[in-house]
Amino acid sequence: MEGDFWAAAIWALEIWLYLIISTIMIPAMFGFSLGISETYMTILVQTLEWATLKIQKANADERTLKSSPSNGLIQREDGSMEKELEELRRSRPKPPVGGDFTLSDCFYFTRRGIESIVEDEVTQRFSSEELVSWNLLTRTNNDFQYISLKLTLVYGLGIFVRYCILAPLRITLACIGLTWLVIGTSAVGLLPNWRIKFWLSEWVHVMCYRICARGLSATIRYHNRENKPKKGGICVANHTSPIDIVILCNDGCYAMVGQVHGGLMGVIQRAMVRSCPHVWFERAEMKDRHLVTKRLKDHVNDKTKLPILIFPEGTCVNNTSVMMFKKGSFEIGATIYPVAIKYDLKFGDAFWNSSKYSMVSYLLRMMTSWALVCNVWYLPAMHQQEGEDAVQFANRVKSAIAHRGGLVDLQWDGGLKRAKVKESFKEQQQKQYSSMVVGDDSSSFFLSSLTV
Amino acid sequence: MGSSNSSVNNIPNAQELMQETGFSAAHILRLHERFEFLDKHKCGQLRLVDRPTNQPQDFGAVQELALNPIGDSIISAFFSPGQETVDFASFVRILAHFRPTDRNQSRDGAQQEPANSSIRKLKFAFQMYDQDRDGKISRAELLQVLRAMLGIQVTEEQLQSIAERAIQEADLDRDDAISFDEFRKSLEKVDIDHKMSIRFLR
Repeated sequence: MEGDFWAAAIWALEIWLYLIISTIMIPAMFGFSLGISETYMTILVQTLEWATLKIQKANADERTLKSSPSNGLIQREDGSMEKELEELRRSRPKPPVGGDFTLSDCFYFTRRGIESIVEDEVTQRFSSEELVSWNLLTRTNNDFQYISLKLTLVYGLGIFVRYCILAPLRITLACIGLTWLVIGTSAVGLLPNWRIKFWLSEWVHVMCYRICARGLSATIRYHNRENKPKKGGICVANHTSPIDIVILCNDGCYAMVGQVHGGLMGVIQRAMVRSCPHVWFERAEMKDRHLVTKRLKDHVNDKTKLPILIFPEGTCVNNTSVMMFKKGSFEIGATIYPVAIKYDLKFGDAFWNSSKYSMVSYLLRMMTSWALVCNVWYLPAMHQQEGEDAVQFANRVKSAIAHRGGLVDLQWDGGLKRAKVKESFKEQQQKQYSSMVVGDDSSSFFLSSLTV
Repeated sequence: MGSSNSSVNNIPNAQELMQETGFSAAHILRLHERFEFLDKHKCGQLRLVDRPTNQPQDFGAVQELALNPIGDSIISAFFSPGQETVDFASFVRILAHFRPTDRNQSRDGAQQEPANSSIRKLKFAFQMYDQDRDGKISRAELLQVLRAMLGIQVTEEQLQSIAERAIQEADLDRDDAISFDEFRKSLEKVDIDHKMSIRFLR
């Protein structure tokens, strides 16, 4: 009896695998589609729209629906320091001597300080964005109100579909994808350096990433593909999660940059580097900025090597804004290909909050979401201009990406969520204020005070 | 975020706080989340300084505050003299000063002045200068605050000159210090309700 049970189980498993391979893997490998995911997405979109309408109708009388999807508790004044202090000082004439200081100047700083205590721009960007309307996932349901039987049934069905059907499917796909990546790249690595090796290596890489993308039910729309990064350049994108790599590599091959890890990641890294050159650094090497710059420069100057993929923010942000770009990649002097990535929150929140979730629990959450929908915009290549230093160049690229992706452009350093603010920022504030008090020409200030 | 009244009840004295400060239940909830975020050690209180290093402790997590020239004064305002910790109720009461003034609020004489009245806002601003809370801004205190706001951008002479003029302008009874009344008089034309208010959404 037991033997029969196991035989049946193995038979079922085989059927399951054959199904997956034929309907999902083979199309993924060769880049065509059988239309299964498209059908799923159409059904999903219609279901969510229906759910939104139902919730809106129910809430219309109570007016509990928010009018804007902002995370904010307070409305910040957007005035600059100059503008606000001018307004404060309007009530009295400018004194001829002794600096333009008034006791009400502190109002501005006090208010700004209290605003930042209640809500600061940086912390806001490291928690998940809020949805306008509930998307039938338990995790986004903060305010459960029973609305209708139908809605609850759909929600229950959704749980079943996501956890019992989709999740196992996706996990299987992800495992297959990663295994194939390791085996495939190692196999290609055994070939001598003929032309066909490059072609095969690219094919293996893209194939595996496509399988992984199917493993997340990813629907990706690429815009402006004529601007795709070319060899010898550096591709720069905003960072939301490790899945960004899968998203970008579905449409082309890149050389990765990163630290050498141990464990599973290490196995993957070593396999990948056998088939085509990536730039992996030892932990100690990463501290040495000159070494890092030199290795990147060497890679970029070799025109046969793939474009490097770098995320200059250095940390995962919640996809509502772009934080300060680290200037390292902009000092190399290569052509920069900016890319903007924007995820659609309705179908699943792609942001990896590394302080809240480990990598594994994050991936499981991804696999039990509805799907992953995102837009990728390739922006035209940018070069460092005359008289522009690396920081200005980085900011220019950052603005372009933020503008294209509809994200907020912030000057804060995302890495500082765990470290202290630089003294120079405070000095900047003091400098700005002092130019309003004593003016830029301090000598005349001094003279006029002597004549009194 | 959850705005149902039931979760507000988990916060001690929530109803009294709402009465006293005029914050809605949703605001109290959000402020409580913020308080818990700042309370890294999860002890229910925010602490002033980290003992070994004397660096601002819990408020130090706010980057924008660290670069605010009078950031330290603002942090001190949360702590009563001699106290080194502040609990959630006091935290909310201080923040209540920055609610927009309720123009048409009528109140009987027995009721206490609401936290967000013009006078209370002015008192808060006064405290930014009057660090030792003795009711007067002495020359030394003014110099200290000016130095914090201007940093190394001005010389000592310039600083003295600025302080001299400020005191001359405001000090009416010639005691070389600015009392609260003199402070108020000097700023009577400033629209304090607008400048010292923060718009709380929903």
